[in-house]
Amino acid sequence: MRIRPTSTVAAVAALALLTAACGSDDGESALEEATADNPIEITMYYPIAVGGPLQEVVDGLIDDFMAENPEIAVQAVYSGNYDETMVSVQTAVDGGDAPVTSVLLSTEMFQLIDDDMIVPFDDVVTNDDEREWLDSFYDAFMANSRDHEGRTWGIPFQRSTIVQYWNKDLFEEAGLDPDHAPQTWDELVEIAQQVQQETGARWGVQIPSSGFPYWLFQALTTQNDVEIVSADGTEVYFDQPAVVEALEFWLSLSADHGVHPSGIVDWGTTPEDFLQGQTAMIWTTTGNLTNVRDNATFDFGVDMLPEGVRRGSPTGGGNFFLFADASEAEQVAAMRLIRYLTQPEQAAEWGIATGYVAPLPEAWETAAMEEYVSGFPEAAVARDQLDYAVRELSTYARGQIYEILNDALQGAIVGDMTPEEAMRHAQEQADNVLGVYQN
Amino acid sequence: MEREHDSPTATAGRRHPDEVAQHDQPAFAGPRQGPLHHLRRIPNPVFAWLLMVPALVFLGGFTVFPAGSALWNSLQEPGLDGGVGTAYYEQMLGDAVFRRSLINNLLFSFITVPVSIAVAMLMAVLVNRKIRGRGLLRLAYFTPAMLPVVAAAAIWLFFYQPNFGVLNTIARWLGFEGQNWLGSPSTVLPALMVMMIWHQAGFFMLFYLAGLQLIPPELDEASQLEGAGRWYHFRRVTFPLLMPTTLFASIVGLANSFKQVDFIFVMTQGGPNNASNMLLYYIWQTTFPQRRPEYAAAITIVLVLILIVLALIQIRLFERRIHYR
Amino acid sequence: MIRTSRLPRISDKIEVGMAWLLGFLWIAPLVYVFWAAFREPAVALTLNPFQGWTLDNIESVWNSAPFDRYFQNTVLLVTGLATTQLVLGILAAYALARYNFPGRDILFAFVLLQLMIFPEILLTENFRLVSNLGLQDTIPGIAIPYAASAFCIFLMRQQFKAVPKELVEAAEIEGASRLETLWKVYLPLARPTIVAFGLVSVSFHWNNFLWPLVITRSPESRPVTVGIVRFLSPETGIDFTSLTAGTVIVVTPLLALFLLTQRQFIQSFMRSGIK
Repeated sequence: MRIRPTSTVAAVAALALLTAACGSDDGESALEEATADNPIEITMYYPIAVGGPLQEVVDGLIDDFMAENPEIAVQAVYSGNYDETMVSVQTAVDGGDAPVTSVLLSTEMFQLIDDDMIVPFDDVVTNDDEREWLDSFYDAFMANSRDHEGRTWGIPFQRSTIVQYWNKDLFEEAGLDPDHAPQTWDELVEIAQQVQQETGARWGVQIPSSGFPYWLFQALTTQNDVEIVSADGTEVYFDQPAVVEALEFWLSLSADHGVHPSGIVDWGTTPEDFLQGQTAMIWTTTGNLTNVRDNATFDFGVDMLPEGVRRGSPTGGGNFFLFADASEAEQVAAMRLIRYLTQPEQAAEWGIATGYVAPLPEAWETAAMEEYVSGFPEAAVARDQLDYAVRELSTYARGQIYEILNDALQGAIVGDMTPEEAMRHAQEQADNVLGVYQN
Repeated sequence: MEREHDSPTATAGRRHPDEVAQHDQPAFAGPRQGPLHHLRRIPNPVFAWLLMVPALVFLGGFTVFPAGSALWNSLQEPGLDGGVGTAYYEQMLGDAVFRRSLINNLLFSFITVPVSIAVAMLMAVLVNRKIRGRGLLRLAYFTPAMLPVVAAAAIWLFFYQPNFGVLNTIARWLGFEGQNWLGSPSTVLPALMVMMIWHQAGFFMLFYLAGLQLIPPELDEASQLEGAGRWYHFRRVTFPLLMPTTLFASIVGLANSFKQVDFIFVMTQGGPNNASNMLLYYIWQTTFPQRRPEYAAAITIVLVLILIVLALIQIRLFERRIHYR
Repeated sequence: MIRTSRLPRISDKIEVGMAWLLGFLWIAPLVYVFWAAFREPAVALTLNPFQGWTLDNIESVWNSAPFDRYFQNTVLLVTGLATTQLVLGILAAYALARYNFPGRDILFAFVLLQLMIFPEILLTENFRLVSNLGLQDTIPGIAIPYAASAFCIFLMRQQFKAVPKELVEAAEIEGASRLETLWKVYLPLARPTIVAFGLVSVSFHWNNFLWPLVITRSPESRPVTVGIVRFLSPETGIDFTSLTAGTVIVVTPLLALFLLTQRQFIQSFMRSGIK
């Protein structure tokens, strides 16, 4: 770990503690001196990317934590959506005013490491209990939390996968089994064709392609059994034949089968298309569950995505990160906060309130969650899909790589380029950018 | 005294009598020894400069100075110990996204500004006459301009939505095929242009209403006596006399068309495949999500150069006008 | 005789028809937003007026973000800015309009140039600059790049140019100082322009988005336009009813202000002699 010059205080403190205490609870001694009257203050940024009055939920969780830990005072700052939060963090760090922790997209990991902005949790945890905690999450989520050397840089908090939603009423009207969602690519095409022909639905299926098409595309590539990124975030594999095939399948839905709109399908309005019965099926995040449940005027189902060669979806969503500029004591305090927020009870509460997938198995065994799932079994689909989920595309120079892949995908979708040209072009550009990070 | 007061704003006509009285009463009762008394000794040119200084500090501080630092940053060579060079500009030459954004921006500016101005002129001429509901119409025209562009964009996002959007619903109702307005490269830019014209035409209308008040009503009467048609009158009298307003509105409009990219955040994020990307949005993308501030600085310099050229052209036009006077 | 009198009447009718058609096209989107904001989500996009009215959207949106704080910030920002811009602008315009001093023409050209180059064009650099000044994430930080407005200087200068010499001389004879002359002769005459510019400035900064988005991050300094983006949340898609409700919340105060003052607003514009 390289230490930023601005964190010399932290480094000196750490060194002093190391030499003096010789392996005892380092950073924690500063924390031990903190009291309710003179608490250690930490700032946490968090984005909200789903609907509902979630700030209250966050405030409630934080208050509970501070009641249990009066020596720690948490200032939780709602900082807009993920992009805005990332910009805020960047600028706060540049301005010497870094938060101690923040929820950011899990895929920011390599970029944050590259900028020396974060510290691994392994350096902050001190006892076996805490080390166990690092291993308590679903492996699929940890794929975006750990680097190839096994260090843990992020703690899963509000995570998701892509699932398919279908309109049971429309399926029934089309003479299909309303409880059976397409399980394979072929079945997807057949069912989409039938429902589109037999009902008033304008489209059989919609897979959104605005904003972050790479994410939906990664579901298709995974189903075609191909990896598009290396574990260390320095290489991408966009120009493999199986990747091009996955893109060709996506395009064929509209070009050959006519069951999917042509051109770009907007991510933001796709759920509304579904709610209005304009499309019989959509692929979107599990985070939409609450929205769809509250607003659908018809019976709907949620299932894992269909399989091509195999099943699969990337994970998505946000992790907690710890910032390098904070003092050791602040980092420990923030780690305790994060640990508190990811305890089964709290993780279950947050998952139920937001629609995100509670990130650890124990959360699903809590009474609250069991009751929730028994009344709303669709909520468990995303968890079950985790067995097939892969790491979300995450690389160094993430912003540029995303731009390159998204442009290529959109270019192919609107017909500027063939799928093969698009992917070859994207590979060349990505290699240019990533070259400096390799070896 | 009162009459003279009114003369420069003759068009304003009915100035409220109270107002005038209020301002005239504490008349200048000989030199006073106020706290600013010593200011009187400062010679006029120095005094003028002193008046200018605060404004200049801020104007320069947040345009000239940052433009300078952008230039400096853009001339750094990539890498830790790079010297000064034009690497980022060379990069720009090969950057298709930059090229696309530049072309889009120019198209956008040189279509939306004239069209908005034409619509605004039409609006102003229509509601400058005594027709029933004139106040209501002015309100209707101008209200969209009061909306934040983000809000306007959000509304239009739903109008353009291909499945349930209002536009396609109407189109299908009339028997046309719906379009994926924002989702295909051929329609996205025109769709955004329509939104911006809707948003800003009412604002320009205000300028024209102001301009129309300066045209002596006798000219209108003369045309009527001669039996000249309204269109003829507009073409030969109103339009030329509104030229200064047009020039002014086009400056405001052009400046706006290069700095207003809020709607891209809401509607397209520059897509599909950069078909709706623009320079300032690309600058934002390269600065923040992509974290390439030096490259962003190079694009900024190009944008500033474009604006300087446009401004110089307009200053020339102004000069000619002053000459003309 | 009959021909000539009937022809204008038909064209009049066409003109009136056109005026109303244009008015309808321009106002319809807004009416639609207000309509949708007060409807239950399931029927928001339908046009049946007999069912589904609700205040829930407004209420839930209001509660999902600190809108009271956002409003407070916006009001502080726009009033502070309009005042600063007017003070700095009037002083500079006075100098440009009244005095012949070395460098004046260059300065005026410089101001004209600024009509085209706004601070947000230099987004990256101004962001760094304001951060270095320690004003990041503060209301002054949003305001400072706009403190001097070329638009204001230009408008005021044009207006001041039209002030008759006799009035100024009369004031001087009475012994008024230069600043007193500005205050007592120039400003009263420029009142419509001042009002017009003030309103334009308020509405511009009320609606400004990109710069505040970049320079602020906490509710303590964020203005209301940035707050609305909450309802364009990228992850779960756009909730149309929340979005319209958010739009209504954001625009209503400004709209109400405008409706109350629209006569004066438009009048002052028409009197301002902007040309």
